[in-house]
Amino acid sequence: MTTDAAKASDKVETAVDLTVGLNAVAGRLAPGGTIKDLRRLTAGATQEVWRFELVEGAKETPLILRRAPGGTRVSETAIGLEVEAQLLEAAGKKGVPVPDVRHVLTPEDGLGHGFIMSFVEGETLGGRIVRAEALAPAREFLARQCGEVLARLHTMDAGAFPMLRRLTPAELVAQYHAAYRASNWPRPVFDLAFRWLEAHCPPDPKEMKLVHGDFRNGNLMIGPDGVRAVLDWEIAHVGDPMEDLGWICTNAWRFGRVDLPVGGFGQREDLWAGYETAGGAPVQRDHAHWWEVYGSMRWGVMCSGMAAAFRGADPSVERAVIALRTSENEIDLLRLLAA
Amino acid sequence: MQDQPTPSEVIGAVALFLKTVVAAETTGATSFQARVAANALEMMRRQLDLAPAEDDAELARLRALLGEDGTLAELNQRLADQIAAGVLDLTTPGFKDHLWATTLAKLAVDQPTYAAYRATLAERGANAPPKET
Repeated sequence: MTTDAAKASDKVETAVDLTVGLNAVAGRLAPGGTIKDLRRLTAGATQEVWRFELVEGAKETPLILRRAPGGTRVSETAIGLEVEAQLLEAAGKKGVPVPDVRHVLTPEDGLGHGFIMSFVEGETLGGRIVRAEALAPAREFLARQCGEVLARLHTMDAGAFPMLRRLTPAELVAQYHAAYRASNWPRPVFDLAFRWLEAHCPPDPKEMKLVHGDFRNGNLMIGPDGVRAVLDWEIAHVGDPMEDLGWICTNAWRFGRVDLPVGGFGQREDLWAGYETAGGAPVQRDHAHWWEVYGSMRWGVMCSGMAAAFRGADPSVERAVIALRTSENEIDLLRLLAA
Repeated sequence: MQDQPTPSEVIGAVALFLKTVVAAETTGATSFQARVAANALEMMRRQLDLAPAEDDAELARLRALLGEDGTLAELNQRLADQIAAGVLDLTTPGFKDHLWATTLAKLAVDQPTYAAYRATLAERGANAPPKET
């Protein structure tokens, strides 16, 4: 779901235009600075990610441009790249590893919506993170470290982000239940899951916290030393902090390692111990389990929604294939609820 | 009667071409997309091969479970509604087995290499289909 939110004059469609615009920005990032080697890293439907080198004399610094598709298309549910940049800065101040934001695009830049951040070296592909030999030492402590990072993340000041949506667990379930009903395609396993989620829903949290919303293997930059950056803040919101601890345990993000619930690299007890030791609220085990079930339901509803997207705005094979991954979540839900 | 080879066979051949020729002789996004397209075709080939028998079995189970007749879509909607209303639950005889049988049949078409599917088959002592290379 995207809307053409900005004026046609804001549109930047080609790498050539981008290079011209970025060269102008480079002059402000560094005196006499220019850019080179601009290349697109992802063909993401929700965001563009570009890499380029900032050249200052003999010095070259790799930077990342994260930008709305075409500079202008703004997703209705995402928080907006300007807010995402603010979140990165606020997270960094709390000790959450994040890239440094170097510049937030302004209308004068003529490049649309987005921001420029430092390039963090490492691995984000989940399949490699759970298998790569070079990351074996990191996998020993990664679950615990994720807990520590989340404890710091959950100390961020939610009050500083009044633009973020505030959602209780019950409201989140209701939102996905409505999306499922609107899809008009019966999935008895989903009905079973919603029935269970509604019957066992945790109470409204005592304290609503800033929640990353997509904290999982695949959105973390990992090196042999562990978590180097927490990425993709576009669905951050204010809610129950347990959501983040459950999402990273959701089976969809284990990349084949069903025996290692935390991201396919660690055990829940280590995640929780890291969280509690670093100052996070005590983890209630039954709530943690609820959020894992919620995670499989959520990703299941998201996958099934790809069928409509495929028939609409994005008729790509990739989109069709994600829609056909809904069944993965159905078996995950059955393993959780009807083993 | 249509001629040979079958849609399933031709789709299999196109998938192989995409994987072994197009994906191999291109790079970057094009190579990746060719592999995705090959996987999509293989999924569709399995659907052509497996779904008719599985759909018949699912329909028979739904009729027995709900005690009424209808199309697969109608009876699935009725089942979904009855679960949502709390009329049927995991204590209902045949209900849990039906959900499992239906889900495993879907995975056999959609995602036969999914780790949780293979783990389930192993736990049940069933033979997992060979892992695709």
